[in-house]
Amino acid sequence: MADVLLPTTLAELVAARADDPTAMLLAGGTDLMVAVNAGWTAPRSVIALRRVDELAGVRVEGDEVVVGAGTTYRRLLAPDVAPLVPALAQAARTVGSPQIRAAGTIGGNIGTASPAGDTLPVLVAAGATVALAGPDGARSLPAADVFAGVKRTALAPGEVVTGVRLPRPAGPQAYRKVGVRNAMVIAVASVALVVDAERRRVGVGLGSVGPVPLPAPEASAFAVTAIDWDAGRLHDPGATARFGELVAAASSPIDDHRSTAAYRRHAVGVMAARALRDAFPAVPGTEESAA
Amino acid sequence: MSDPYRLTVNGEERAVEDAWLGESLLHVLRERLDLPGAKGGCEQGECGSCSVRVDGELVCACLVLAAGAVGSEITTVEGLQPERGDFTDVQQAFVDEGAVQCGFCTPGLVMAVHALLDEVPEPSEVEVREAISGNLCRCTGYGRVLAAVDAAVAVRRAGVPR
Amino acid sequence: MTDTTTTGVGTQAPGGVGRDAPRPDGGPKVRGEFAFSGDLWADGMVWGATLRSPHASARIRSIDTGPALDVPGVLAVVTADDLPGSKYYGLEHRDQPVFAWEVVRYAGEPIAAVAADHPETARRALKAIVVDYEVTTPLTDAEAALAAEPIHPDGNVFRHMWVRKGDPDARGPVVVEGTYEIGMQDQAFMGPEAGLAVPGDDGGVDLIVSTQWLHNDRDQIAECLGLPPERVRMTLGGVGGAFGGREDVSFQVHAALLAQVTGRPVKVVYSREESFLGHVHRHPASIWMRHSAEPDGTIVSFEARILLDGGAYRSSSYHVVANAACFAAGPYTTPNAVVEGIGVRTNNPPCGAMRGFGAVQVCFAHEAQMDKLADACAVDRIDIRLRNAMGTGDTLLTGQVVEGALPTAQVIRAAAALPLPSLDPPGPDADPLVLPGGAGLTATAGDVVRATGFAVGFKNLMYAEGYDDDSHAACRLEGGIATVTCAAAEVGQGFVTLAQQITREVLGVTDVLLAPAETSTIASAGSTSASRQTWMSGGAVEKAARAVRQQVVAHVAGLTGAAEADLRLRAGRVVAAAGPVTVDLALEDLAPAFEASVRFQHRPTFPLDADGQGDAHVSVACAAHRAVVDVDPDLGLVRVVAMATAQDVGRVLNPTAALGQIEGGIAQGVGLATMEEVVLVDGRPRNPSFTDYLIPTALDMPTVSVAWVEEPEPEAPFGAKGVGEPPVISSTPAVVAAVRAATGRDLVRVPMLPAAVAGVPSP
Repeated sequence: MADVLLPTTLAELVAARADDPTAMLLAGGTDLMVAVNAGWTAPRSVIALRRVDELAGVRVEGDEVVVGAGTTYRRLLAPDVAPLVPALAQAARTVGSPQIRAAGTIGGNIGTASPAGDTLPVLVAAGATVALAGPDGARSLPAADVFAGVKRTALAPGEVVTGVRLPRPAGPQAYRKVGVRNAMVIAVASVALVVDAERRRVGVGLGSVGPVPLPAPEASAFAVTAIDWDAGRLHDPGATARFGELVAAASSPIDDHRSTAAYRRHAVGVMAARALRDAFPAVPGTEESAA
Repeated sequence: MSDPYRLTVNGEERAVEDAWLGESLLHVLRERLDLPGAKGGCEQGECGSCSVRVDGELVCACLVLAAGAVGSEITTVEGLQPERGDFTDVQQAFVDEGAVQCGFCTPGLVMAVHALLDEVPEPSEVEVREAISGNLCRCTGYGRVLAAVDAAVAVRRAGVPR
Repeated sequence: MTDTTTTGVGTQAPGGVGRDAPRPDGGPKVRGEFAFSGDLWADGMVWGATLRSPHASARIRSIDTGPALDVPGVLAVVTADDLPGSKYYGLEHRDQPVFAWEVVRYAGEPIAAVAADHPETARRALKAIVVDYEVTTPLTDAEAALAAEPIHPDGNVFRHMWVRKGDPDARGPVVVEGTYEIGMQDQAFMGPEAGLAVPGDDGGVDLIVSTQWLHNDRDQIAECLGLPPERVRMTLGGVGGAFGGREDVSFQVHAALLAQVTGRPVKVVYSREESFLGHVHRHPASIWMRHSAEPDGTIVSFEARILLDGGAYRSSSYHVVANAACFAAGPYTTPNAVVEGIGVRTNNPPCGAMRGFGAVQVCFAHEAQMDKLADACAVDRIDIRLRNAMGTGDTLLTGQVVEGALPTAQVIRAAAALPLPSLDPPGPDADPLVLPGGAGLTATAGDVVRATGFAVGFKNLMYAEGYDDDSHAACRLEGGIATVTCAAAEVGQGFVTLAQQITREVLGVTDVLLAPAETSTIASAGSTSASRQTWMSGGAVEKAARAVRQQVVAHVAGLTGAAEADLRLRAGRVVAAAGPVTVDLALEDLAPAFEASVRFQHRPTFPLDADGQGDAHVSVACAAHRAVVDVDPDLGLVRVVAMATAQDVGRVLNPTAALGQIEGGIAQGVGLATMEEVVLVDGRPRNPSFTDYLIPTALDMPTVSVAWVEEPEPEAPFGAKGVGEPPVISSTPAVVAAVRAATGRDLVRVPMLPAAVAGVPSP
């Protein structure tokens, strides 16, 4: 087979994968080429994804938003897309530089499965499902089940990520990320918060504080009770601190050259508390402590 | 060695033969196509010195697999077309405002600023800073670069031909 | 302060001294046509690559290069055994192996080099070389190095010196002390090391490389190749920044040897990782200081112990130690002082020159001390600096009287007088991108505190301690066009512009051509470092141009009968400005050509004695910085909002170029304050990439406002001081002082990472 295949349909892509299981999948190249340039890997054959129609586009299907795996971060930021996926767009804005955002894709982010992948905590928080296609057909997995470890996924051999499905936004969403620089930085710690006011659900996803993006179920459950859903605010603004503590407790960070475990735990707590605070701003004059 | 392939660079079809499959677009431009304007500073897409346009998008050439860029329109700094004289308005502004010191980041910054102004003709200061935040410069501290962008915007606003 | 319009010698040449002038290399650089040393290509060229030790400390039992030679496309593999001459090199002292053969002393030390037909072939060949290491425990603690078994035949101490001034027992009633740490900063120039070595017909070699000092490189290469220096011909390739990191030889000997062995042109281009491994860094430091003062803040005594980790080889450690010790107290009059300066050898990466050269480390410490002293005396922080400010006629810690300009007080006042932004924290309508955390949207306006910090620093200009420094230049005037030849390395700072400005100024011409910087056409210009090229090579160019001018004047006086003293060169013509004879001749019509070649030197300096006393330095320059920062105290994130600076520049020769130096230096100072550090684990760099060694982006840089303080330096050409280093010295402590003010934390280490700023301890 040729060195570089450019399939144009999903069927061609899956067939090409089956023909050459060692072929490297090339999406935006922003992870793969780093490894190639460094000599960590040397491609013998490549399947480029950029011409596969089924991987392109963002569309609304009923109560869900479907984001094709080939959608770039830059596309997620576009005015016609960002309102459909607010936290995902916010996460996309923190990825790398404009140049990286123009090339990198959400499918690549999932496939690489870095603990610091910026969109991944959002997928976990939103309860997204990841659509896969392989020789045995299509299937989907809850986002939280896709990530098996540091840069490891639950994809079967020959499977590719075709897209993600997220519920349409139905409440406040946020993605917050700490890095040591104000732009173009890998997450030291990150928090995604996705509130669904219709289903009265609060999703939390944490990045760079464990081998995989982590949920924070106790924090989510606490938040559901802390929110006065009818009034659209917190029963007690002080609940944000407890929420932060529960989020910090859900993290499982390590020390490395980018930061310390203690700081990461601290940071996700602070960011989570602020995210909940800003999602449900106290209405002036209604706080008990208000003069 | 990979199969031969052809790239469309600055409007020209260019043949690439006897290349290694893993070669980045940056390597192919610089070492095979005699287009050394894009610079290699990090091999990780973190410095922006190799910024080029691929199908109009500003990307890091070091992270583009050259053999995968078949069929795309690639534009490098050498392909910028001044509307008159030797320099584009952005290039002229970089020279005039002292935005060039060692110059290694300069071609990438020029490409990034053109990409910005194509999309946002009158950017705010924060928009400029964000748009060039993927282009590291170690000499200037970016001050004169921001001044150059202002100058280029002013020239366009005044309607002077580029 | 004076304005800049009156500078110069009166030829009123466009593009002369004191005015903006375009860079001669600006056009090619914006068009991508300027040839950097990594852009070179030659017929039959092959690629060189270097095998480096993964271990910080090891014995080498054996090296088997055979499997690499078997890789198709490999032309040669060389090791220490292949060196015809010296197996050692070094900037000041030859203690560093070109290739390690028995002992590895740092992670990244070269072991072998290969030449191959493709970079990927070269990479595979490197992987095929078999090195049998006996890994040993690395010596990574600078304090422990003092007493440890020597890890090198030259011992573990590069320098241990004292500076003693006045009465060692004198004490004032107010005492403050502290211990400070500075992490390992990298120059992080954008263009990685690169060059081309071409074998010569005469058995010699031609190298086109990026470097700071062509002739010093040449001498080291020639020694290692066993060649007379004239058979190693060096030409400066385009240099993508330097900042001290190219003062030491890196790949030069490897490439030259491969070219000799293969008979082919050899190109070497370092990756970013290899660049981090392949050049020296700024010395990490641990500094203790104690000040005592009168209750009004007048300094009575100063004590310091400065420990610098020089890493595995000496490089310029000997002189970095002296600089740190001599300028340890800052630009403050200090009657009594005891300073201990130590530089040690460890198995950490070698450290050497980086912009600021020893002054950066001590300034971070002395400025923290000055703030402490001000607070202890209940004196305003700026007032205490003014009270102690050193000026012309005062003595340095070395006992040397400052004879030139040192307007410390003026600089402090000028920086403090620059407009201060609002000290209100950002409001709810602030763009989140400019809050601490930036695009991460970590903070909303109410989470942010704004504060300011102030710092002052100074440093010597040029080499010291008796070094017989010089620079050479030649000038030729023919047909009204001047050509200047000088081997000064243009690394981005703008010497090429300045050389043209000076020549235009002296000769009144417009067209000034610059011959390539190379070793075969002219003697050394010295290093592009120590803020010395404006003075030394600027001085050499001025001297050469003036010699040519004198020839022109004598020639025209002979032709016309005019008195030489009445003749002026203006706008390409020789005219009689006074006297009975009318003269108006175009330079382009004069024949023959006029030509001069000169050597320029500054006045002599002298070694320091056992008490660190002596006239060791030529000149000093100072600057002050006021930082305004926004801090998110809970997350420990910082954004520097504004930086005001006043700098002692002597005279501004090119306002835009000087501004660019100042802004660029501040960026490196902000970087050291907030993010930049080569992180070592067991001596191994953990972050040798731009993904993990972070330098400021455009979203991290403050707006900068500048006041020039122009007090001409009497002995410097045009009165100008080098402007490159002061901006990087006191900008760091100004930022840290502001963050201390915002958080109330001590912050005794740079970079201040978020955990420290937020006060989250590591267990």
